[in-house]
Amino acid sequence: MTLPPGFADPVGDTQRVFRDVLDAMAHPGRIVALRAGPPAPAPLVPAAAAVCLALLDHDTPLWVDPGGWRDEALDYLRFHCGVPLVGSPREAAFALCSDAASLPDPDELALGTDEYPDRSTTLIVQVPELSAGRGPRLTGPGIDGASRLEVGGRPERVWRVVAANPSLFPRGVDLILAAGARVAALPRTTRAEA
Amino acid sequence: MSEPDRDRRRRWMSALATAAPAALESAWAGLPERPDYEYLRRPEVGLVMVRARAGGTGTRFNLGELPVARCSVRLTAGAVGHAYVGGRDLRHAELAAVFDALLQDDAWRPALTARLIEPLEAFAEARRLAAAARSAPTRVEFFTMVRGEE
Repeated sequence: MTLPPGFADPVGDTQRVFRDVLDAMAHPGRIVALRAGPPAPAPLVPAAAAVCLALLDHDTPLWVDPGGWRDEALDYLRFHCGVPLVGSPREAAFALCSDAASLPDPDELALGTDEYPDRSTTLIVQVPELSAGRGPRLTGPGIDGASRLEVGGRPERVWRVVAANPSLFPRGVDLILAAGARVAALPRTTRAEA
Repeated sequence: MSEPDRDRRRRWMSALATAAPAALESAWAGLPERPDYEYLRRPEVGLVMVRARAGGTGTRFNLGELPVARCSVRLTAGAVGHAYVGGRDLRHAELAAVFDALLQDDAWRPALTARLIEPLEAFAEARRLAAAARSAPTRVEFFTMVRGEE
């Protein structure tokens, strides 16, 4: 087992990545290049690894899609994040999906409650490509007018989660999409039309 | 790792963690060749909640928080060493992790065990016996008087 090191500058990099994810979440459709993206065991892409290192810890249970991850990747997360792995997405604060096809259905996820809408499962989804300026049209808070975001690969399940959100508000699910060393985010307030 | 290997590792990790920092520093300086290593986790200090069991009932409770310095390293040769040391001494944690990695190497282990671990264990045992000897004369034997009515 070759366990790679985590962030080169743990405190600084965590803050930079947190700020980058915040930036992406606050401006849905914006693709943000993360300022730290350590090499991680396959199939973790650098952006997903960085998001995990910055956001996961022993208080945020994690669900991963079964069969999508090698032991080295799980050992990496357990060691560097101290994160407990749980068996069902509903018990998890974060769900890490090796690709969009492995996304759980919205009804398998924690959606939060009316009093605590933040107690939902945040999705971290690895995708092959993110492109601005084309793809589904996004509107909502944080978007000046409208934006467009194309998610590469087979993103149907991503858009299915986004479509389910409006009727659930304030409950719902937020997504972080990771491609290579870049992220985009779709909070539950974003509406998409094809 | 087999059970005996694990026990052996536990012993040396314990010896390294409870050693006087100066002992590790001089052992490091005295190595014939110092190995290269990289940090898997840089030395850092955190808090550990120590749990204990109440005497009568066995119920678990939080005894208190203990500062712990920890470090994980990987030698260029490949072995990974970990250390958790009570207190805030980052250098102690780093050296303990490096020695933990070295001791896993069959080439290093015999010499290190003989020249570092065994002397550390002997010193710790001697210190324990000295403390027991110092407190033994202070021991008070209580005798309870049985009262006549009963």
